[in-house]
Amino acid sequence: MTQPASRPPATVKPPFWRDPAKRALIFQLLMLAGVFGVLAIIVSNTLTNLESRGITTGFAFLDNTAGFGILQSLIDYSEQSTYGDTFIVGLLNTLLISALGVIAATVIGFVMGVARLSPNWLISRLAAVYIEVFRNIPLLLQIFFWYFAVLRTLPSPRGSLSLGEAFFLNVRGLFVPAPITSSGFSVVIAVFVLAVVASGIFSYWNRQRQARTGQRLPAGWISLGLIIVAPLLAYFAMGMPLSWELPELKGFNFRGGITVVPEFLALWVALSVYTAAFIAEIVRSGIEAVPHGQTEASRALSLSGGMTLRLVVVPQALRVIIPPLTSQYLNLIKNSSLATAIGYPDLVSVFAGTTLNQTGQAIEVIAMTMLVYLTISLLVSMFMNWFNARMALVER
Amino acid sequence: MHNNKKPLLIASAAVLAASMATGASAATLDSVKEKGFVQCGVSTGLPGFSAPDDAGNWQGLDVDVCRGVAAAVLGDASKVRYVPLTAKERFTALQSGEIDVLSRNTTWTATRDTSLGLNFAGVNYYDGQGFMVSKDLGVASAKELDGAAVCIQSGTTTELNLADYFRLNDMSFEPVVFDTSDQTVKGFEAGRCDVLTSDQSQLYALRIKLSDPASAMVLPEVISKEPLGPVVRQGDDQWFNIVKWTLFAQINAEEMGLSSDNIEEKKSDTNPNVARLVGADGNYGEAMGLPADWAYQVIKQVGNYGQMFERNVGTGSALGIERGLNALWTDGGVQYAPPVR
Repeated sequence: MTQPASRPPATVKPPFWRDPAKRALIFQLLMLAGVFGVLAIIVSNTLTNLESRGITTGFAFLDNTAGFGILQSLIDYSEQSTYGDTFIVGLLNTLLISALGVIAATVIGFVMGVARLSPNWLISRLAAVYIEVFRNIPLLLQIFFWYFAVLRTLPSPRGSLSLGEAFFLNVRGLFVPAPITSSGFSVVIAVFVLAVVASGIFSYWNRQRQARTGQRLPAGWISLGLIIVAPLLAYFAMGMPLSWELPELKGFNFRGGITVVPEFLALWVALSVYTAAFIAEIVRSGIEAVPHGQTEASRALSLSGGMTLRLVVVPQALRVIIPPLTSQYLNLIKNSSLATAIGYPDLVSVFAGTTLNQTGQAIEVIAMTMLVYLTISLLVSMFMNWFNARMALVER
Repeated sequence: MHNNKKPLLIASAAVLAASMATGASAATLDSVKEKGFVQCGVSTGLPGFSAPDDAGNWQGLDVDVCRGVAAAVLGDASKVRYVPLTAKERFTALQSGEIDVLSRNTTWTATRDTSLGLNFAGVNYYDGQGFMVSKDLGVASAKELDGAAVCIQSGTTTELNLADYFRLNDMSFEPVVFDTSDQTVKGFEAGRCDVLTSDQSQLYALRIKLSDPASAMVLPEVISKEPLGPVVRQGDDQWFNIVKWTLFAQINAEEMGLSSDNIEEKKSDTNPNVARLVGADGNYGEAMGLPADWAYQVIKQVGNYGQMFERNVGTGSALGIERGLNALWTDGGVQYAPPVR
């Protein structure tokens, strides 16, 4: 009997370059060092070159007085504010147009998406025309259209279109009454907040009750009533502590009230209408992705039409809708930088435009601007991914 | 797989770094001679200063500065390539080497001269900021403009002066900011703003662009000093000198009575000042790396400062601007050039 030649392998460790795990680690480290090395070279090279050409660098300019005016500002801004303030003003204007754009685009998009699927021939055709027209014209042209072709043809301040002597529309923008709150209005707000909290608790209780007993109250209507009626009662109880400041024609233009500049209107309408056309198609695809059998099964369980939509179709459609919807939101936010074409004072127009030019610090300003867009987009992505995870199919 | 790429990556990074280090400081004169033309940054269209004519040729006071440089360096004023730039783009274009000279009604200020890595090579037009309003408005003075909407071009000194002026006079305004001067004119015409503000020379130029120029008027107030001139990159003194002395040569020529019409006959003039300027006596071009007849070529092909002014913006042109501050120092203006000697 001969022993088989096989013996337990010698416990000699192979040299580290033969060990795949260690080798991989080494290459990873080398790669990392390479990337950082290149970055360091680029940064130091840029700094050296800027210095040799006598171009000032650094972020000290942010504390200097800006000395120029900005059309629209959400914070208290004057010509004596700093360049750092112009950054904040631009950022807030970008966030404002993005947020309002996302809201409007979502509403229009959902309505159009559902209308596109309507059994009514006229409605579905109209929705289709809307989608095909606005989806297929470049956004910049649409912005120009709303700004130059629509809003520029409005009358001058003296010939304003007015609605009840409170709302005025002219080539300088839309003028609406501004609410003026007096003492006691904070009570109304407090009551409103309380009503919102109370209706939240009520719906929770209602759900628990339904799970326990199968009975449910019309929570939606009750909450809505609570949220509207309670603050109204408080409002009258406090002696109506709210008045309106009407815009008034004084000198060259209207003063008082709230001014919505035409640059904002044009950009808002263009961004919303353009993005909504894409969202409508996404909504349509989402709804069509839910098999018809689901609706039939739901009907077989004797759920009403509304409940079928709310409990069966929409939750499943959302799974298809959310990921591409996120992309549309991100597009809208980034597209808002086209503001600079019509002079709406967003981040690109104010900070990466005027501030960059007055200070000449191109690298710092552009880096900050890019970082802002990256941060906003990543935050929106993060939120939408979280929302998507919540909506995703939970396998049981 | 990607392991193999690493040496390549590092090598390319090294090349990139090396190329970035050298790209900037090469002598502009050598590169211009090599290319055979001067790259000149101009405006996107400002009549009288830099705008293409009906045939598509660039014309204007700022354009003539570039033509002068081309005549001095290459002996041919037509060897210029024009790069139209907005106010926002202009400095970056010069810093990055996209253009050799920026001649685009650019105001000489401390910040621009000291912190942008640029040098102003002189003043080819002394300007000041003014206001243009519609005659219907019934305004006679800028002091009555409280609350007005003002159209401005983005990235200009105008933006800053405007804010200063309104604040000093305790007035408010609504700034409507556009990228190009064309857009500001359109905004003004459509009634988006009551007032168009810019350097006064530009206001006259832009008024021509209105569909009804007679409907607008320029207010008398001049609220700032705006010395406009050509700009070059800092750190290339030779090129800086060339641009600076091209302009000086033209101003000196006007003072001496030399023009493109009479330079041929005055070439052999006995006046030592003239002889030095046209290169008959001594070689003042050599130190700048230019031929001895550099100034002769400039004057012959582009003309003296006065000719340049009259042709483009003066009373003989569509703009019809008086010499005013831009007259020679001998005529009560402030145009003054150091002597060639």
